[in-house]
Amino acid sequence: MTPPLLTPKRKNPVLRTRQINLPPSARSRVALGLTAAAAMGRFELQQCADCQTVLYPPREACSHCASVRLRWREQRGAGELLAGTTLHHSNDLFFRERLPWRLGLVRLHAGPTLMVHLHRDVRLPSDGSAMPVRVAARLDRAGQAVLIAFASEDALNMADDPMLREMTSDPKLRKVLVSDGMTPVGQALVREFAKAGAELIWVGHAEPWKQHGSGLEAITTLPQVTLLPLDLTDGRSVQALAGEIGGKVDIVVNNAEVHRAFSISARRGTDAAKLEMEVNYFGALRLAQAFGPALAGRSADGVANACAWVNLLSIYALANFPPHGTYSASKAAAHSLAQCQRAELRGAGIRVVNVFPGPIDDEWNQNLPPPKLAPAALAAAVVKALRDGIEDVYPGDVAHEWFERWRDDPKVLERELAAGGA
Amino acid sequence: MARRGYDGVALAVPVTVPYVRHSIRGAYWFLGQAVRRLCDASGLKKEQLDGLTVSSFTLAPDTAVGVTQHLGLSPRWLDHIPTGGASGVMAVRRAARAVQAGDADIVACIAADTNHVDSFRQMLGSFSQFARDATHPYGSGGPNAVFAFITDHTMRATGATREDFGRICIDQRQNALASGGTLFKRALSMDDYLSARPIATPLHLFDCVMPCAGAEAFLVMSIDRARDLGLPHARLRGAIERHNAYADDPVMMRGGWRLDRDELYAMADAKPGDIDFVQSYDDYPVIVMLQFEDLGFCDKGDGPAFVRTHRFTWDGSFPNNTSGGQLSAGQAGAAGGFLGMTEAIRQLTGQAADHAVVDAKLGLVSGYGMVTYDRCLCTGAVILGAAP
Repeated sequence: MTPPLLTPKRKNPVLRTRQINLPPSARSRVALGLTAAAAMGRFELQQCADCQTVLYPPREACSHCASVRLRWREQRGAGELLAGTTLHHSNDLFFRERLPWRLGLVRLHAGPTLMVHLHRDVRLPSDGSAMPVRVAARLDRAGQAVLIAFASEDALNMADDPMLREMTSDPKLRKVLVSDGMTPVGQALVREFAKAGAELIWVGHAEPWKQHGSGLEAITTLPQVTLLPLDLTDGRSVQALAGEIGGKVDIVVNNAEVHRAFSISARRGTDAAKLEMEVNYFGALRLAQAFGPALAGRSADGVANACAWVNLLSIYALANFPPHGTYSASKAAAHSLAQCQRAELRGAGIRVVNVFPGPIDDEWNQNLPPPKLAPAALAAAVVKALRDGIEDVYPGDVAHEWFERWRDDPKVLERELAAGGA
Repeated sequence: MARRGYDGVALAVPVTVPYVRHSIRGAYWFLGQAVRRLCDASGLKKEQLDGLTVSSFTLAPDTAVGVTQHLGLSPRWLDHIPTGGASGVMAVRRAARAVQAGDADIVACIAADTNHVDSFRQMLGSFSQFARDATHPYGSGGPNAVFAFITDHTMRATGATREDFGRICIDQRQNALASGGTLFKRALSMDDYLSARPIATPLHLFDCVMPCAGAEAFLVMSIDRARDLGLPHARLRGAIERHNAYADDPVMMRGGWRLDRDELYAMADAKPGDIDFVQSYDDYPVIVMLQFEDLGFCDKGDGPAFVRTHRFTWDGSFPNNTSGGQLSAGQAGAAGGFLGMTEAIRQLTGQAADHAVVDAKLGLVSGYGMVTYDRCLCTGAVILGAAP
């Protein structure tokens, strides 16, 4: 069993903060299929459409029948450990700094043999008998998929395994900034992070005079929570907060948003659309510019290193929902920016998690029919994504269905949304 | 159609460009040295080398054709053989057929590599597509983790112990000391072996070869031509080659030699018991043990018992890697695939000096190369005989 992670000792501020070295990130194009699935929490391997052989490593043609009709298919991951090794030497800096490091060779029941990282709960029996394991795909610190073998049964503290903690962004013992505590989603996030064992939760609020009745009072009773002024439309406010806590925060959650339900023709002028862009796009940009470098500088700082950035986007970022047309446009802009942010922070080993919910059950979606996503369910999905090392999150049934439709054919979805999104 | 034999093919003029741990020279420096030594040792002019095979990892972006211009050769037959540990056996097979067919008269077979302080690390990530996608990201440091798996699995499956692998390494070190001229100058004791630092368990330091720079080369020609030139030579008696054998085995437990060994011995008109010495491919000692099994010197699974009851020194009961092998001479890149071939030619032509296997008439040289993912894909072997 994995020993529980304990609160790290206070850092000596005189010592140099260790910098991140990433594991090897080069992959062939075809191997990125593994990464694309792992980014959404799935373990997929190529399967030949002609002879059904499951294949690994990723390739362009089937080694059984030479067909090129290979499809990525979700795997259960059940297999047995054939052999194991503990590395005491590596030519790669990332691993060199983290030795000893355990690797295994697993035969999947589905067929192929895989090299995997070994979770510490997996032990090779000394009598030579087979050890059942289950394999999953996770993004590593370089943001590329790797395979991990877990013991077939979950055990206590398994998320505290040092190898796994390198791959994921578990909030346990980490310091979190939630950029907007005024909304039901912000408050649900705070509660969820507290439940997940976050050490400190800083909560931004843009308009301190509006606290009464907003629900803020309830979360301030949590011992981890500190309220701080943060107005994403004001560059100086963002800079001031970054100066205060930027060097300490491990996970930034940007949930601040403005949501007005207008199309082009339903309102004259651009004031509402400008405000949406000011918070949803420029606000995200200000926050990223102010906090990104600080996070990047601390991404190898002990067991509670800076590790993740969460952007609350919308499923409407993928395709415009005309009744909320300008909001959709602002979220599309924010999504594009988040892709840029992800590419930039990848070099520092910081995971950018983009969340694409369907309509949330809040006041701005009052007129939309159910199903709508409860703020608590959204918050739970965010924390689960951080724990499981997931990069793109589609929480709830509506988001899932829209995503499937978008993947199937974006053009068809455009027409469906134009017709009201049924 | 029955395979044609290798009658009338001779191997001669084994040369070694002395190994150095690191070199600031490029691969061409070692290739040039090899050609010069081939000419000096044979009395041939460069122009008489009308066939050429080249094996090198550090020659990129050039291939064998670049070598012709760089060294001023004009062969009428050319082959680039980028298969590392199997390149020696494969070069012999190709050159032999070229000579038999008359496509070339005298083929120079050369393997050469340089080794800069950082070149091994830089090669790891680009060794193969599968390595880049499925082993390199795991920090395995080249083939160490892969062969740690094979060793670990073999130990579980057969009861082999670290001492068994130690016996192979220790005797090879004695051979290296007897032959002189290698980078290793000290004997290896079982204590040294067992207490060495771990690299990738169960592999420890002396289970791993040391990357270095150097070259190995020899000439292939007809026996008649070797006689005319007055060159001491060995005869090619048989040769096999196999790639990606037993691909369905989930972890390597047997190699392609096993598929073709009957044909190898039949071509040479010999049995395993007739072989006077073996130059096995020794990237890791577990592979040496697998070759003892798969080349028919003992039954499958009896490798550990075989190792416990034999000595592998040049004067032992089963001379193996009589110049020290890569484990005790260093691995000069692709030259590691030629090391056993040059040593076998020396043993069969009276050039092995102080470490000559007494009355050696028949030697077996084995090759094993290219770990693209979870095992090496190329296997091959030749049997060489002394000229009567």
